[in-house]
Amino acid sequence: MAKITYIEHNGAEHVLDVKTGLTVMEGAVKNNVPGIDADCGGACACATCHVYVDDAWLAKTGDKSAMEESMLDFAENVEPNSRLACQIKMTDALDGLVVRLPESQH
Amino acid sequence: MSEKPSHIVIIGAGHAGGTAAALLRQYDFQGPITLIGEEPIPPYQRPPLSKAWLKGEADADSLALKPLEFYAENGIDFRPNVQVTAIDRQAKGLTLSDGGSLSYDIAILATGARPIRLPIPGADLDGVLELRTAADAEALKAALGPGKTVAVVGGGYIGLEAAASARSLGANVIILEREARILARVACETLSTFFQTYHEARGVQFELGASATGFAGKDGKVTGVTLADGRTLACDLVLVGVGVAPNEELAKAAGLECARGVVVNLEARTSDPSIFAIGDVAQRPMPIYENRMFRMESVPNALEQAKQAACAITGRPAPAGETPWQWSDQYDLKLQIAGYPFDADQILVRGDPTSNKFAIFHLKGDQLQSVEAINSPPEFMMGRQLIGNRKPVNASRLADTSISMKEVAA
Repeated sequence: MAKITYIEHNGAEHVLDVKTGLTVMEGAVKNNVPGIDADCGGACACATCHVYVDDAWLAKTGDKSAMEESMLDFAENVEPNSRLACQIKMTDALDGLVVRLPESQH
Repeated sequence: MSEKPSHIVIIGAGHAGGTAAALLRQYDFQGPITLIGEEPIPPYQRPPLSKAWLKGEADADSLALKPLEFYAENGIDFRPNVQVTAIDRQAKGLTLSDGGSLSYDIAILATGARPIRLPIPGADLDGVLELRTAADAEALKAALGPGKTVAVVGGGYIGLEAAASARSLGANVIILEREARILARVACETLSTFFQTYHEARGVQFELGASATGFAGKDGKVTGVTLADGRTLACDLVLVGVGVAPNEELAKAAGLECARGVVVNLEARTSDPSIFAIGDVAQRPMPIYENRMFRMESVPNALEQAKQAACAITGRPAPAGETPWQWSDQYDLKLQIAGYPFDADQILVRGDPTSNKFAIFHLKGDQLQSVEAINSPPEFMMGRQLIGNRKPVNASRLADTSISMKEVAA
């Protein structure tokens, strides 16, 4: 288990224990956190699990694949710390991760 | 909401039904929710069944939409292994296959679709399989393996995805397609040719224009597929993927309007205002195509309609109209499709298919109707936006890969 804090656009916080091995997207969806749609279920096909990774954690979440980079490039309100949550797998090193959710996923 | 909260019964616990239940809670619906599913497990994702799951890269936990505890924790009475056998619309009552009954204030039909079975001799032999449920996938996975030969009847997406997964498990694959090309009903010719070539290069055999007329068997187990031309192709198992039919019988028997699917309006409501229908079973209007009615078999469609129904029930504004889309993964190819090529009068290809990275655009005049993108996220993402916002598109710029998709759409 590793802790993730999801902060909705309206400020609502969800602090959850997520099984390592699951993705940051799965942690949100399985706990019914609003604001992560994840239409494709983690196939990196839809860019509806866009999150902003807290700067302190950005380096630890690893590099973006070319596919993720390319999908993100066309999402709305993309920032340098934008990631697709389905592409970040939880590990013990990410225990305490903080991600913020955009206003919408379209 | 009235003083006594309504009881919502969701009939069908697939992707649409499960999502509707979760969204109703996200949208603060306070009343009781009952979720009835005929399968033994709570709602799960079907797309990985022919892909990651079949290849052993995903487990049951990762397929589940929500963990089992989620339902009890959120006041959702999830009832597995049960079917609704009749709806009494006058009394607002449901008859259940386990002998029980339920009353509802609002019902949501999310009964999905079922694989079409071939009405040919031998179709009930062991080893003649279909792929819709987790149990189907389990049976297919158990039967596949190195050196096994699988005959896939039907060259659609399910068949092609399963073929790709079967090859990676070391099985031999023959795809039998009745039409002159694979994906004949769902993709343009360029894409059909591309996929066939790609699969052939990875050892898949194709028999086009081939009608299966029967399955040969020995001791109750399938041993081959007999074709209309008299040949019998030997195999260890058969996967039939020739399309699905909507599970609309319950709605029909209850007198709801049906037309190859349960007819609904823009808020997913049927001809009975207390009953909604969502997902594969619904015949729905699509705003971006002048409210043309059609039935879609895709996860994004299930999610969109779950949203429509949950919004209508909880008094939220309707979701912004969507651009339908779907995807398919085969080998290292990611196909992303947005829109439908209705009334398209021009097809253009951006990029070089031999590079395995290209997109096919379908235009109606200067409007983009549909895009089929292979390993090309920018073309898919920008194409999807252009289909949705109906902005006029310059075809020659669209075909020119030296102009970025962002510039094309600017």
